[in-house]
Amino acid sequence: MTDDTPAAEGFDEDPSASSEPDGGAVVVEPDEHVHVDPYERNWMRIAAFTMVVFAIAVTVAGLALGIQVPTDEGRVDPNTLASTPPWSEPGLREIVPGEEYDLYIVARRFAFQPMEVEIPQGATVNFYATSADVQHGIKLGLAGAEGRQASNINIMVIPGQVSKLTSTFDDVGVYDYICHEYCGLAHHQMAGVLRVVPAEGGE
Amino acid sequence: MLKGRPTQVDYQLEQRDRNFVGYHLIVAVAALLIGSTFGPLQSLEHAGIDLYPQMTWLVDNYYQGLTIHGVLNALVWTTFFITGFLTLCMIKGLGRRLRYPVLNWIGFLTMVVGLVITAVPLLAGNATVLFTFYPPMQPSSLFYIGLTLVVVGSWIEGLGFYLTFYEWRKDNPDQRSPFIAFASLVTMVLWQIATIGVAAEILGMLLPASLGWTSGMDPQLARTLFWFTGHPLVYFWLLPAYLSWYAMLPKQVDGKMFSDQLARLAFWLFLLLSVPLGFHHQFVDPGIPSGWKYVHFALTYAVAIPSFMTMFTVIASLEYGAWRRGGRGLFGWVRALPWGNPSVTAQLLAGILFVFGGIGGIMNASYNVNLALHNTAWVPGHFHLTVASAVTMTFFGISYWLVPYIVGKPLWAPKLALASSWIYFGGMLVFSNALHTVGLLGAPRRVPLGLAPYIPSEWSGHLWRVGIGGTVMYIGLILYVVVIVVTALRRKRFAEDEGVEIPVAESRRDVQATPVWLDRWVPWLTATGLLILLAYGPQLYEQIVNAQLNSPSFPP
Repeated sequence: MTDDTPAAEGFDEDPSASSEPDGGAVVVEPDEHVHVDPYERNWMRIAAFTMVVFAIAVTVAGLALGIQVPTDEGRVDPNTLASTPPWSEPGLREIVPGEEYDLYIVARRFAFQPMEVEIPQGATVNFYATSADVQHGIKLGLAGAEGRQASNINIMVIPGQVSKLTSTFDDVGVYDYICHEYCGLAHHQMAGVLRVVPAEGGE
Repeated sequence: MLKGRPTQVDYQLEQRDRNFVGYHLIVAVAALLIGSTFGPLQSLEHAGIDLYPQMTWLVDNYYQGLTIHGVLNALVWTTFFITGFLTLCMIKGLGRRLRYPVLNWIGFLTMVVGLVITAVPLLAGNATVLFTFYPPMQPSSLFYIGLTLVVVGSWIEGLGFYLTFYEWRKDNPDQRSPFIAFASLVTMVLWQIATIGVAAEILGMLLPASLGWTSGMDPQLARTLFWFTGHPLVYFWLLPAYLSWYAMLPKQVDGKMFSDQLARLAFWLFLLLSVPLGFHHQFVDPGIPSGWKYVHFALTYAVAIPSFMTMFTVIASLEYGAWRRGGRGLFGWVRALPWGNPSVTAQLLAGILFVFGGIGGIMNASYNVNLALHNTAWVPGHFHLTVASAVTMTFFGISYWLVPYIVGKPLWAPKLALASSWIYFGGMLVFSNALHTVGLLGAPRRVPLGLAPYIPSEWSGHLWRVGIGGTVMYIGLILYVVVIVVTALRRKRFAEDEGVEIPVAESRRDVQATPVWLDRWVPWLTATGLLILLAYGPQLYEQIVNAQLNSPSFPP
């Protein structure tokens, strides 16, 4: 293959491209600006535009639809959980009957406390979680199976930290809460269940 | 006009330097072979065929196998291959031996000693902490000491690169630095900046705690320091593959580098942007304000720009080469690429898989979208497309000319090498697609899904695909190892007039036309430091000042 081969169609062959092989015999003045092929310039515009559209979509989902990631909720001493309310008594707290609940979960190898929770359909649950030993995580819900439901709840559960996320449960069904960070040799058995049952009186 | 020793374009490495590169490859490929052997064990376990009970003579359980798989493949195979390959690119690019070969030997031996020290507790089952080793789960101190030595060794090799470049620059003050040497330096600088995080984590917190000098650890701060390293680590793996795609693959397809200038700009942008975005691995962490997570999300989107540039430039280089080979048509030119060349095919298939890896990566980085993906099986599905496909298959492709170059013998069974890539590619498509699917359905990562009580029976089809795909990949990988090992050991040598060249493509536009500011280190390093300070400084300060070393350690 030699340089006599005709230039590929659509490729602008550069006038400066035919320099001496040792690169030093011909003095080439450096370009002031980066030389960008017109096709590539357009491609970059498309790429930038795409990323901006994605960023807007993500931001709208966060602000208008309220799909938020966890934020800093303060610390707790992992050594004294048993004597620190509310962690001393993990479980469900009713804030507004039938509408809003706080759920405190303590993760400990290889079980969650509590392991089973039941809430009425349409309730909003504030999940609070921390760990009594190593790092854990919670992914709430599975899809693609009869009677099981998925959710947007996904948090790391870290000793010394309080994790919080909120979700409203409009669909009746079983939501498994599964430990999703490796925590030891029985990690795969660490899971609990949240049941969403039809509200009393039924709608 | 030229002072000192000019760069020799046709410089060939001395045999002792080729051997030095070769020793890196021996360690890398041995690690890959051992580490990958656990791959089918894990993927078959997902399909319900648990062979681990038969493996107790070697490993105790699934998690120990997974730890060895992750450490050897993601950390050892990559780091050793990359330091070896970059050494070759420095010497070839600058057209001279390393300034202090002894220094690089010391670095290499330090890495080897570190690897051996790490391997002892790994195999003994005292370091079953996976390759992220999140505290307060605590492995044997040897695990930390060994890993530290591997990193320190690579830093020493990097120092050897800098001193070599410094000498070259004194001899060639007006020359653009040769691209393959430039790209090697950027990769090494990126690695050294990035590993400051994990060095601080291990030396400042984990090692003292494991030696009993402190009473506990701060797991949140440890995660933040780990991911300071964790994301740029990905670019440390990718940039050597990009180096090959930008500057070597075009030569192999009879083309030229589409643009030296844009290639340099992309590498600078990767250096600038790949560190200050680690929080996108911590979107669902509790101890980080969501505002800072949003900042890192935006910066991660910015790093998509040089990735898109790379996609364009690499494909344009390929198209240019294909046209010169007589290929025509909007897509018809693809057929004119040298698909019979195993080195080229491995890299083309790597690039195809990387398109899917890139799309998945943008999804991972998308702030609240991450709620659906974090720590699910989607994540290993994703990084098998990046580090185990884009990077690993490119390294396969590089090996197919590099090993013959080192040993002076022609590649054994090129058809088998071709088959290896296609088999691995096919297995990866099945395996990775299935992992992405069960991840979206909610399957956690790092779990023996066959043993987990909550996995619904409806998923068994997907889990079978994980098992089959993983096994097929392993067959492809074994063929790769066989081809290069036989190549290295065979008797037949190149005849006098034969041989293999290091493929270095020339640029379409004269390299000296590249603007000077694309070849100056101080402004780019300053900007990199400033951006890291802005994006990480306030949160790191906050977390360090408020650190509480009160989390006691637990055995795995």
